Amino acid sequence: MSADLTRDDVAKVARLARLTLSDDELDLFTEQLGHILDHAADMNALDLTDVVATAHPFGVTNVVRDDVVTPSLDRDAVLAMAPDARDGRFCVPRILGEAP
Amino acid sequence: MTLPDDWEMVVGLEVHTELLTKSKLFCGCANHFGAEPNTNVCPVCLGLPGSLPVLNREAVDFAMRIGMALHCTIAPSTFHRKNYFYPDQSKDYQISQYDLPINAEGYLDLPDGSRVRIERAHMEEDTGKSTHLGGSGRLAGAESSLVDYNRCGVPLVEIVSGPDIRSSAQARAYAAELRGILIATGASDGRLEEGSMRFDANVSVRRPGAPFGTRCEIKNLNSLRSLQRAIDYEALRQIELITEGGTVRQETRHWDENLGETSTLRVKEDADDYRYFRDPDLVDLAPDQAWQDRVRAALPPMPAQRRRELVALLADPSPAQLDAVEVVIDLGLERYVHAVAAAAGDAALSLSRVANELAADVDHVANLTLEAFVTTVAMEQHGELSATQAKTVLSELLSVGGDPRAIAAAKGFEQLSADSLGATVASLIAAHPDEWSRYREGDEKLAQFFIGQVMKATRGQANGKAVIAELQARR
Amino acid sequence: MRSARQIAADVRSGASSAVVELEASLAAIAARNDELNVFLHVDVEGAQAAAAAVDARVARGEDPGPLAGVPLAVKDNLCQVGVPTTCSSKILEGWRPPYNATVIDRVVAAGAVPVGKTNLDEFAMGSSTENSAFGPTRNPLDPTRVPGGSSGGSAAAVAAAMVPLALGSDTGGSIRQPAALCGLVGVKPTYGLVSRYGLVAFASSLDQIGPFAASVGDAALLLEVLAGHDPRDSTSLPEPAPSLVAHVDDGVAGTRVGLVRELYEGADESVTTAVRAAADALRAAGAEVVELSIPELGATLSAYYLIAPAEASSNLARFDGVRYGLRVAADDVTTMMEATRTAGFGAEVKRRIMLGTYALSAGYYDAYYGQALKVRTLTINAFARAYERVDVLLGATTPTVAFPFGTKTADPMAMYLNDVFTIPTNLAGDPALSVPFATGEAGLPVGVQLLGPGRSEARLFAAARVLEIADGRP
Repeated sequence: MSADLTRDDVAKVARLARLTLSDDELDLFTEQLGHILDHAADMNALDLTDVVATAHPFGVTNVVRDDVVTPSLDRDAVLAMAPDARDGRFCVPRILGEAP
Repeated sequence: MTLPDDWEMVVGLEVHTELLTKSKLFCGCANHFGAEPNTNVCPVCLGLPGSLPVLNREAVDFAMRIGMALHCTIAPSTFHRKNYFYPDQSKDYQISQYDLPINAEGYLDLPDGSRVRIERAHMEEDTGKSTHLGGSGRLAGAESSLVDYNRCGVPLVEIVSGPDIRSSAQARAYAAELRGILIATGASDGRLEEGSMRFDANVSVRRPGAPFGTRCEIKNLNSLRSLQRAIDYEALRQIELITEGGTVRQETRHWDENLGETSTLRVKEDADDYRYFRDPDLVDLAPDQAWQDRVRAALPPMPAQRRRELVALLADPSPAQLDAVEVVIDLGLERYVHAVAAAAGDAALSLSRVANELAADVDHVANLTLEAFVTTVAMEQHGELSATQAKTVLSELLSVGGDPRAIAAAKGFEQLSADSLGATVASLIAAHPDEWSRYREGDEKLAQFFIGQVMKATRGQANGKAVIAELQARR
Repeated sequence: MRSARQIAADVRSGASSAVVELEASLAAIAARNDELNVFLHVDVEGAQAAAAAVDARVARGEDPGPLAGVPLAVKDNLCQVGVPTTCSSKILEGWRPPYNATVIDRVVAAGAVPVGKTNLDEFAMGSSTENSAFGPTRNPLDPTRVPGGSSGGSAAAVAAAMVPLALGSDTGGSIRQPAALCGLVGVKPTYGLVSRYGLVAFASSLDQIGPFAASVGDAALLLEVLAGHDPRDSTSLPEPAPSLVAHVDDGVAGTRVGLVRELYEGADESVTTAVRAAADALRAAGAEVVELSIPELGATLSAYYLIAPAEASSNLARFDGVRYGLRVAADDVTTMMEATRTAGFGAEVKRRIMLGTYALSAGYYDAYYGQALKVRTLTINAFARAYERVDVLLGATTPTVAFPFGTKTADPMAMYLNDVFTIPTNLAGDPALSVPFATGEAGLPVGVQLLGPGRSEARLFAAARVLEIADGRP
């Protein structure tokens, strides 16, 4: 299968990934990503019809912990990392849309 | 509310409930409403680089309880990442369940006998909370926002119904019944006002029998009343739109309680691509039969079953008594009625006392032992206490506890002797000859008149049943 | 440089002290760090405190642990409390984690002295350390050449004798490949053997932390300290640490070795020659060596370059300027996030995020990511079938010896091809190590790779030890 990756596809993906690409980068990435995806054709040489994805390679399942409260981080330490903190909270510039 | 001619609404509800675990879904931070901002956070729920999630066993147990209560199949499940950027989502993805949820294909039967399918009830983590500065405090018009991650990572179960609901009243009944069930499982406290339970409604309209119309999702419904009003508004809005030749756009809408209308939040044509994939930091969840059996054994009886068991104590219950049953079940006080029935007492009388006197002072129910209640009802039943006196005794028991007989004695509630009652009735008959002859001729309503008079004359000390017996004897 | 085992023995016995060993390490670092750009941060105060603590334990008659006083370098994608952890990225410049990775706790409990954070390809994406935002690291054996990547700094730290031990991470070969290019032993453990808690995630289903050392014995010692169940990592294997040091000298008599064609075909001649010589050395030591073909390995490169970026695109979403790290100011939060990520991430990271986002997108999931997951199952099964016939597999680690700077940066695929021999075991979750054997082109070291089924590290160390002795390092 050939990767018909267009410049528009790449621009859409950049928006999804919250990245701004220059025109040159758009061109370059379109070419490079298309090239990488073309190699994905290697996978099509194999018969994968009845093959199922593997979760953990050694079959680890049902890992749970007890419902016990453990110490949280010190709030000052948490907010000290923040680029902008006010009133004990992380401050961000205006949010334009509601959460999904 | 009925819709204009020949239109039908189709509604599905998505209900999110927070779980009553002590710690969060994937970390040990406290799951506690109302703490100081950002004091219940750690590398995991803050999504710090290098952190990893570990699943809370109690959350799984609660999720299974909910699934069992909704007659779902409990299946092996996985966790998926729902990827989207938003400041209250600390990892910019939410750990949720996608095509393999823990609970699927159940149903909920409503008191009116209708059944709503439950498509799934899956586990996921909650987000942080933002408050908005500038503007009116709402998102639109704000200049900046402040984010608190205390709630981020709190366990949720999302319950998705099938599109089986056909009226706003039915939606409300579904929501109320589901809330009762969630509280009964012990998994949730159902506190709508604290946001521990939230509703989203998917609403579309159609001509009966026609294919489903385009639906809109309404968010921000945090009371049963808003739910009902918003659904009615939205259905009418869509009908008007279509009638005027327009088409319904698939979108997410916000319900404004003050304005009483829905408005566009987000149009879905440019829908977010969540790029769901199995979360590689977690392993598959497949609770074995022994684990499921343990959970099932610990599952308390659900409202429907408790309702049935309570109604079974009543002979031919009236609508008023069924209403009383609702109240009693809703408050979880049926044990008092069962205690009276077990002691071969008057179940109907005890039902009334619980639905009225106990319900009015539910915060103090802990002071009232089953034994004291059973005794009080028996005393009333056998005429040792009048209704008014019984209520007074109950009130005292609720306030301070104690022994009903001692309280009655202390208040001087003497049994009105049969002779003095007879004398009272006789004098009233003499005072109201017209009413008496109408009663004798068969006008049953006048029994109430005479009972009222007797009560007035004895200042509420008479026993209603004894009065009736007296009237009938003299008829 | 003395081995870690020797240093630990000397510190425990009092023949040396942690403080003295640290001084020597700091001097070696000071001598060449400017030239080689190995350490992004040298934690002098922290290391001195840790060394003093070890010496105090010895003075009190307490057991200071199997790594007593051994200076150790830490790849800068591992969280260490209060120490800058940048992942060689501008987006995390200046960030100090408020918590330790589990492996840090374990090495410190064992008496090791972390001396600083080493350079890597940004967010572990690369095979040469040329993708670091803070300049490349130079190969100590030939500073005109790369040390390999992504754990180039950790490899160089040991190869330059600055420290005897270093921690790296391996997602597609990022420990083994630099080990091969720098003449070291490097191990990618069984998936889940070493806790990932505190490792800044690149591709969660592939990442593993592992040791760099100049000798097989030292590598086994460090891995034994790192390994074992961690309740903070859900993917962690349930068992405690295996016994590894005790089995290093088990030998290979009766071990069945499979020389896998697909794991050296296409490599440079000097590499292939070294691999065949290694096969001979194992045979001479009593192993049964057969030639094998595992054709399914041909699709692993493509599958890896879909799975890894897909997971990475999600793992790196958290770098959004809200809670920590770089923030580029803007009037609205979406613009802020975009501006921050655009300024903060380098080209290779952006490329992989884009690739991964695309591979997971609606409409493309089944064709790309979904398919790649199936190739992974096929790979697991193919290796399992091979291990029915042999105990250990043998191949090359890398197609070439260390290459000069700038020779593979023009085309991403050229760089990705460096990983063609190492990627298969990351996909399968199996362990593998690289051990130096013979010399290649330009007198540079060659690494040969030993692979085994899950939890077979002891056998891999035994075979590696045989090669080490045969190669003249007894």
